[in-house]
Amino acid sequence: MALPQTKMDATQTRIAALAMPQSGAWAREARAAGLARLEKMGLPGPRDEYWRFTRPDSLNAVEAPEAALFKGSDTPDFGDLDRLTLVFRDGVFDADMSDDLSLEGVEIQRLADAAAQDIHWAKDLYGVLEARAHDPVNRPFAALNSAFATDGFVLRATGKVSKPLHFRYLHEKTDSDAILHFVVRVEEGADLTLLESGPAAARFNSCLEVDIADRSAFHHVRTQGRDHERRSVTHLFARLGEDSSFKSFTLTANGRLTRNEAFLELTGDNASAHIAGAAMGDGEFHHDDTVFITHDAVNCESRQVYKKVLKNGAIGTFQGKILVKPGAQKTDGYQISQSLLLDEDAQFLAKPELEIYADDVACSHGSTSGAIDEEALFYLRSRGVPVAEAQDLLVLAFLAEAIDEIEDDLIADDIRLRLEGWLTRHRG
Amino acid sequence: MLKINNLHVKLEEEDKVILKGVDLDVPAGAVHAIMGPNGSGKSTLSYVLSGRDGYDVTDGTATLEGEDLLEMETEERAAAGLFLAFQYPVEIPGVGNMTFLRTALNAQRKARGQDEMSAADFLKLVRERAKALKIDADMLKRPVNVGFSGGEKKRNEILQMAMLEPRMCILDETDSGLDVDAMRLVSEGVNALRDEGRAFLVITHYQRLLDHIRPDVVHIMADGRIVKSGGPELALEVENNGYADILAEVA
Repeated sequence: MALPQTKMDATQTRIAALAMPQSGAWAREARAAGLARLEKMGLPGPRDEYWRFTRPDSLNAVEAPEAALFKGSDTPDFGDLDRLTLVFRDGVFDADMSDDLSLEGVEIQRLADAAAQDIHWAKDLYGVLEARAHDPVNRPFAALNSAFATDGFVLRATGKVSKPLHFRYLHEKTDSDAILHFVVRVEEGADLTLLESGPAAARFNSCLEVDIADRSAFHHVRTQGRDHERRSVTHLFARLGEDSSFKSFTLTANGRLTRNEAFLELTGDNASAHIAGAAMGDGEFHHDDTVFITHDAVNCESRQVYKKVLKNGAIGTFQGKILVKPGAQKTDGYQISQSLLLDEDAQFLAKPELEIYADDVACSHGSTSGAIDEEALFYLRSRGVPVAEAQDLLVLAFLAEAIDEIEDDLIADDIRLRLEGWLTRHRG
Repeated sequence: MLKINNLHVKLEEEDKVILKGVDLDVPAGAVHAIMGPNGSGKSTLSYVLSGRDGYDVTDGTATLEGEDLLEMETEERAAAGLFLAFQYPVEIPGVGNMTFLRTALNAQRKARGQDEMSAADFLKLVRERAKALKIDADMLKRPVNVGFSGGEKKRNEILQMAMLEPRMCILDETDSGLDVDAMRLVSEGVNALRDEGRAFLVITHYQRLLDHIRPDVVHIMADGRIVKSGGPELALEVENNGYADILAEVA
């Protein structure tokens, strides 16, 4: 179907303003394919089914809208957890600020270096998982990312990686526009933990493609920075093999606009995919989780746990789907999306969906929106807990189910600490 | 300890007067019981004293050791030494019982200008107090009251009381929903806390709780007032003859 003229014009205007980086043959083809997909689907418009709750204008715009830098002290992300850190400044990798790129059990290569090679394993993944993710819903910013990503890394884990890899995204210019693309291959039997933190840029488009081989595990925890004015659209695409496991948790505090998309495909039997998020918004905050999980194998399990705490006009949206394909018997799918509205001005919009084509499955989904439980608040106060502290305790209790999805206790504690800090700063 | 004078209370939302001039004086070291038919205002009295929303005090006073309770926030009343054992303890999913106890204890200490209790001291204390109430480690770890049986919830209330060591304890129908064994456990917990410097106000429908927790004074409440006061024998009279005779007598 041909695109409407306005959409085509907007898409072409955007494309004209972008430059495709020089690459070797395989990457050049992959980028061209991404561009072709983008041209075919066009940038999103407000009438698109999955863009009704979130206005795409600022993501579509040729120039990144300005975003003030975050002021105020920020404790380092993930505390003093032992890890290998790669630093990006407004979307550009900075080798001097980063750790030495050698870590046992994983090959780390900058995207440009991988792209310059004639033959590379990443060819089978770069833009490939992205391309699979457009059925049934287009993700034009992901296609744009595959075509125009300016930096990124390709990682291949071949064993149990001794410590987490950490991508640290610094935002230093008020008008920066970053497009980063990462490809991760977790080989059979390997185990990798990837951490991401920071706002990255005034406008950030990221695409993370993860191929999780049979009997391997991938853990992912990210914090999206405390900048109030930043805008981000992120994509997490994963394909899971037999007996593999995937776990991802995202903490979003502040941000003018965040759209976190995920598309997870369980293609091998007995695989397990958990994805969770906690979002905290006060004032000008729009946060959107759009998550699709496709079960295409037997005896797999998936969990989506999303919690949002909103006040003072903040808006949270959730669009989540579990698709169980024919033959994906014994599927165990769970999806919960909840918001805690701390005042009358906050808003939560949810669109939970189940689509099931197998007859022996257990799938459940729920979505709720509520205020602080006054009974519980009185109970806590009657025991001497001051009202603000009691309220924070109840907010953390509300978020607990999402935070519990973080496997590493140290990281979970760090996330809890950040949440407590946010709550203390946003009282009243 | 607790002095209530001519207390008048109405519901905030509607024009319904619940308490119509309650007078009560519970001295330190004493156990007073309040009995009375349904709707007489017993639970309202406990809520108003603890500062629950939804009530308007239209007249009268309530003081704890001379301090005006009605002017304080709920948490300030707790820090001043007032404790209400709830008739229906509230379930709080996501908040561990231990976290709850430690947060409450330290918040009260902080409000009183004391140092917070160390994690080790707290742990020692809570284990000791929990053991006496047959509360196991699992109950301490679980979220507050979630999945607890009726008896477990009431024992958990008494554990909180034992940990917070209030001066003035109000027990609102603590016997409701308890079997004989649980009632004994709960009563033993309460009796262990009886002390020269501590007072109790036990609100109940039935005399049987007062077999275990022996009151010094029994008050009968009806239609928002204390209509009769006496010794423990008054509770027996209610048990044998019901409220009708007493109410007829004072009418």
